[in-house]
Amino acid sequence: MAQLSYLSPSSVDEAVKALSGASARALSGGTDLLVQVRSGRAKPDHIVDLKRIPGLIGIRSENGGFVIGSATCGAMLSEHPTLSKIWPGVVEAANLIGSTQVQGRASLAGNLCNASPAADSVPAMIAARATCVIAGPSGTREAAVETIVTGPGKTSLGAGEFIIAFKLPPRGSKASDAYLRLIPRTEMDIAVAGAAVSLALDADGVCTSAFVALGAVAPTALLVADAGQALVGTRLEAAALTQMEEAVRAACQPISDKRGTADYRTKIAAVLAHRAAVIAWNRAKEQA
Amino acid sequence: MSKQRTAAIVNGDPVEFLSDPGQTLLDVLRDELHLTGSKEGCGSGDCGACSVIMDGRLVCSCLVLAAEVEGCRVETIEGLAAGGTLHPLQQKFLDHAALQCGFCTPGLLMASKALLDANPDPTESEARYWLAGNLCRCTGYDKIIKAVLDAAAELRQDRKSA
Repeated sequence: MAQLSYLSPSSVDEAVKALSGASARALSGGTDLLVQVRSGRAKPDHIVDLKRIPGLIGIRSENGGFVIGSATCGAMLSEHPTLSKIWPGVVEAANLIGSTQVQGRASLAGNLCNASPAADSVPAMIAARATCVIAGPSGTREAAVETIVTGPGKTSLGAGEFIIAFKLPPRGSKASDAYLRLIPRTEMDIAVAGAAVSLALDADGVCTSAFVALGAVAPTALLVADAGQALVGTRLEAAALTQMEEAVRAACQPISDKRGTADYRTKIAAVLAHRAAVIAWNRAKEQA
Repeated sequence: MSKQRTAAIVNGDPVEFLSDPGQTLLDVLRDELHLTGSKEGCGSGDCGACSVIMDGRLVCSCLVLAAEVEGCRVETIEGLAAGGTLHPLQQKFLDHAALQCGFCTPGLLMASKALLDANPDPTESEARYWLAGNLCRCTGYDKIIKAVLDAAAELRQDRKSA
């Protein structure tokens, strides 16, 4: 760490400049970055702490949706009075990351930009059709969450770019989401597989839109369009769920490692997607 | 490489310290401020031995850079007892023999303090999940959970009679 410097810019413009350097890393909660710096896996020259930039921590309503500052910690998501009523899947996914201590620091942007295939909040954000607001040298742009991670440890963010906020779209009545993951224990482990489902129902309980996203079964989290389509126009009858499971299994391209074999991950991803769809469906029906 | 000056409130007292950019809050607490109650177990946020409360939130001080605490309030194990009187959590840990080697104890006490600050009446299950980020290799956790729930009951009683 001989040449390391710590910067805490107070504006987006300053942060863009600081992050344009050769080897600068953005710091929000630090629960991944600082571990990597200490172990020598990451060797940045500059650590750019984004938390002093106004708006990067906090949750606000905007145009019927939510805007979540990119450095907002997991605990703040569950403490928000309405976020977990409207997006319970996003909040439960984010809250699965690490311990109470980690929840006090870890952010959605960090979970996304660490670019682990098994990041828990990412499938939930993708299923929710969340977008990122990205600041950079040529101004701000918006991009869908699924366009950010390009492979393990790799993102599509350019030099000087960083995420300033996530937008969750407006939600009608009778809509909800859910996220499930499999780990070999009850708490604090990395997903063997994960599945998020977000859906909306009409007044008769017929599914009008559905999105299914998977984690830990491919180099990046996957949005499985076929799987969502299999639920649209149905009341999640057995045939629809079977078709969704088939689409999920067809999309999986996992590795075999100590956490599970490729076959097991593929099978489990479909089971988790099935269960998450049923949970989201039940939650949606309970919405006024 | 220049050291950075940081000002914060630690256990109610204003402090200023100089740190290298790579130094963590834990490094500064132990090596600069000589508050050696917070322990370094893993250094990677897995064990919870370095737990402190920062602006009301429980954090691993090994995963916070020293410079990040500028303007923050930090509570460590050294601030838990009031003068010579143990905090009810500390007393209950003794009463229930909720420690053996003691290395995890400061972190567990701060994590328990944060739990009871947020939730004065936790269920056993809530306490176990809250404390899941604090590893103890001696006790098997049962005595710790009993001590925390007993301290919670006493604190509720104290609040009622206050």
